[in-house]
Amino acid sequence: MGTMTDKRYQLVVIGGGPAGLAAAYSAWEQGLRKVLLIERDRELGGILNQCIHSGFGLEYFKEELTGPEYAGRFVRKLQGTTIEVWLDTMALEITKGRKVHLAGKAVGYAILSADAIVLATGCRERTRGAAGIVGERPAGIITAGAAQRYVNMEGYMPGKRIIIVGSGDVGLIMARRLTLEGAKVLACVEVMPQSGGLIRNVVQCLHDFDIPLLLSHAVTDIRGKGRVKSVVVSKVDGNRRVMEGTEKVYECDTVLLSVGLIPENELANAAGIAIDRCRVQTSAPGVFVCGNALNVHDIVDNVTVEAMGAGVDAAAFALAIRQ
Amino acid sequence: MLDVAVVGCGIVGAAMAYELSQYDLAVAVLEKENDVAMGSTKANSAVIHAGFDPFPGTLMAKLNVEGAALAKKLCESLDIPHRHCGSLVLAFSDEEMAELNGLLDKAVKNGVPDVSIISRDALFDLEPNINGGAMAALHAPSAMIVDPWEYTLALAETAAKNGVDIRLECAVTGIREIIGGYSLQTPGGAIEARTVVNAAGLYADEVHNMIAPPSFKIRPAKGEYCLMDKSEGGWASAVIFQCPTEAGKGVLVAPTVHGNLIVGPGRVDTDSKNDVATTTGGLEFVLSAAQKSVPSIDFGAVIRNFSGIRARSTRRDFIIEEALPGFIDLAGIKSPGLSAAPAIAKMAAEMLGNAGIALNKKQAPVDKRRRTRFGGLAAGEKAKLVDKDPAYGRVICRCETITEGEVCDALRAPIPPRSIDGVKRRCGAGMGRCQGGFCGSRVLEILAAHYGCPASEVLQDGAGTFVLMGETKQGGKHGDYD
Repeated sequence: MGTMTDKRYQLVVIGGGPAGLAAAYSAWEQGLRKVLLIERDRELGGILNQCIHSGFGLEYFKEELTGPEYAGRFVRKLQGTTIEVWLDTMALEITKGRKVHLAGKAVGYAILSADAIVLATGCRERTRGAAGIVGERPAGIITAGAAQRYVNMEGYMPGKRIIIVGSGDVGLIMARRLTLEGAKVLACVEVMPQSGGLIRNVVQCLHDFDIPLLLSHAVTDIRGKGRVKSVVVSKVDGNRRVMEGTEKVYECDTVLLSVGLIPENELANAAGIAIDRCRVQTSAPGVFVCGNALNVHDIVDNVTVEAMGAGVDAAAFALAIRQ
Repeated sequence: MLDVAVVGCGIVGAAMAYELSQYDLAVAVLEKENDVAMGSTKANSAVIHAGFDPFPGTLMAKLNVEGAALAKKLCESLDIPHRHCGSLVLAFSDEEMAELNGLLDKAVKNGVPDVSIISRDALFDLEPNINGGAMAALHAPSAMIVDPWEYTLALAETAAKNGVDIRLECAVTGIREIIGGYSLQTPGGAIEARTVVNAAGLYADEVHNMIAPPSFKIRPAKGEYCLMDKSEGGWASAVIFQCPTEAGKGVLVAPTVHGNLIVGPGRVDTDSKNDVATTTGGLEFVLSAAQKSVPSIDFGAVIRNFSGIRARSTRRDFIIEEALPGFIDLAGIKSPGLSAAPAIAKMAAEMLGNAGIALNKKQAPVDKRRRTRFGGLAAGEKAKLVDKDPAYGRVICRCETITEGEVCDALRAPIPPRSIDGVKRRCGAGMGRCQGGFCGSRVLEILAAHYGCPASEVLQDGAGTFVLMGETKQGGKHGDYD
C-alpha cells in the first residue's frame, strides 16, 4: 500500500455504473489496454443493482432485462478484457495534469496519472430541503432511491403507510414495489399538472394498483415527533400556489420523495472543470463526462450509447497524446 | 453522594461539566435525550456573538463578552471547528445609521474589543456581495462562527475524560431535599447530590418547580432557518446582521464552519417546547429578509430547512441564581447563550464554591482534544492514515468526504453516537447536499453492527425516530457488515 504516484493509465473511468461500464468497454474496444475502472460500492453496476424491475435493454439489447441483468451483460464483457477494476474505491479529487486521487480500503490512498479521464459519477436525488417541503422533522422521510436500496438490496421496509411526493420514475417504481411488499401506498402527490415519469410507469405502477395520482397537489405540512404521523396535501393553482381550503390530511408513517435528480459533478466542479450539457467533452482536455453525470436520462439504453461514444472519444485522445 | 448534579447537557450543561471537571469533584450530568446538544443547542445560528447587542449592565452583556473570549481559547484547545469571521450590522437609512451609533455605544460599555463603524467603501471591500444600498456598518471582528454540536460534544467528552459521569436517557422526574443535599429521581433510580445545577434549557422552569416555588416561566420562541448548499457559501465572509428591532437581532446571513451559508432566524412565538415545524410563510420571510442583505443568494440552493427553539424566559436577562441553598438555576439562556456558556459556567462554579463545594484544581486535568478529519488533510497525511487503518480509505459520505475510520473514532469516543444524526453531528456524514441519501444506509449498517441490534432498531435521531419498519418478505441481512 502507501501512496502510489507513479502509476499511469491510458484511461481512468470514475464510476462503475452503466455509463462507466460502457465507457471503459468501448475504450478497450478502441485499443486501449491500460484502463482502470473505479467504483465506490462493493460491486459494479451502480444504481442498476437496486433496479430489480424489468424494462431495461429493450433498445440496446432488443430484449427486456432487469437492472442487475443489464449491468451483468457489461460486467461479463469486461471479464474478457484487461480492464482493471477497483471496488470500494472513491475518487476524491482530480488535480492538474489529469492526476486522480483515490482512497479505498484495499488500495489505500493513491494518486494516479491518466492520459484520459471519463467521469461517470451518475446523479443524486433532490432532497426535502431542496423541494421546500415544510413541517416537522420526524423520521420516515426518505428519498425514493434510498428507499429502493433498503428494500431491494438490504431487505428492509422504510415504512408501511406511504405518501409519495413527486412522480419521478423512481417514485413510481417504488409505489409498485412497496405495494407488492405489503405496504399501503396512499397516493402519489405531484405538484405539476402532469407526471414527471414515463407513461408506462404511471400505468403499470400506479393505475394497475389503484394508487391515486394527485396532479396539481402539494404536500403542505408534515406532522409527527418520532415517526411521521400524517401529512397535509393541498391543491395548487396554475402558478403552483397553494389553494386555501383544499387541505386533506393523510395518516401515514412514511413520506417518499421523488422530486428530481441532479447530475453529480462535484469532482469536476472542485477541479474547476466546466461541463457543457450538450457534449461529453468537458472544458479540460482529456476529461470526458457521460451518463447521468452529464444529463439525467430516462432510460439506461441511452446512457449506454452516450457512454460508448465518450469511451471512443477518450480512447482517441489517449492514443493521440502518446504519439 | 455526588458533589454536583447538572441537569441537562446542552451547551450550558456541557460547559458546566467541563468547568467542574477541572476540579476534584464527583459530578454527574443527567440528560433526558439520547445525545448531548439535543435542545436549543441543536438548531441556532451557530454564532459566537461579539457582545454589542445586550443592554449594558445585564448578565447577558457581561457573560457574552467574557464567554466569547473563553470560547476562542476552547475552540483551539478542544479542536472545535470555528472561524474568526467577525460580524457586521448593516445600515440602510439615516435612522439605521443612528442605530449603529447606539450599538457602538453599547459595545464600548460592554467591553467588546475592537468594534468600529466602517464606511461604505470599507464595507464593500470586506463584503462585495452585499446589497448596494448599505450605507455603513458596525464591524465587530471578535465575532466567530462555530459548530455548536461539536462545541457541546467536545466540552462533554473532555469532562467525561476527567471523570464526569455523562448519563444520557436519564430524565429527572422529581427532586426532593435530603440531609446535606438533594435527591433527583430518574428512571435508573435516585441520584443524590450535595448541589444541583439546573441547565435544563427549555425545561428549566419545570425542573425549578420540582423543588422551588415558581419564579419564572420559559416562553419558547421559535426561529426558522434555511441552510444553503456550499455553492452559496462564498456570498458572505462575515456574519451579516441588519439593524436589530424590538423582536431581536433579526435575520442574519452567515457562513458556516462547514462552508455552507445559513440564513435565519425568522422569529415566531410558540406555546410548545417541541414545536420545531417549519412553515411556508416563515421560510419565505427568512429568504426575503436575507435577500435584503445579500441579494444574489440562490434560493434554489436550499438543502435543509429547520426550526430552533430558544429558551426565552419571562424575565429579560439570563437567570443565574441560587433558587435554594445549593440549587442553582441557569435558566432563560436565550441568545447570546451559545456565546456566553463558558462564562456562565465559571460564574456558576463560583456560586457552587460559595455554597460550600470545595473547588480544588485537579493535578493534571485533560484540557486538550484532537479529532481526525480525513477530508481536510494533505494527500501525504491521508495516505499515512489509510496505511495505518484502512477504514480511513472507505469513504462513507461522499458529499463531505467522511470516512468509516472517522465514524469508528466517534463510536470509540467517551460519548458515542446512538443514532444516524448522532454520527452526523460528530463526523459530518449526512451534512452535505444529498442530506444523507447516500450515507444513511451505510451509517445505519455500521450502527447496527456496533450495537449488535437489528437494523430496524436503529434511530434517525431521538427516541422513537426509527428509520425502518421491519423487513421485506424475503427478509433483511443482519450484521454482515464487513
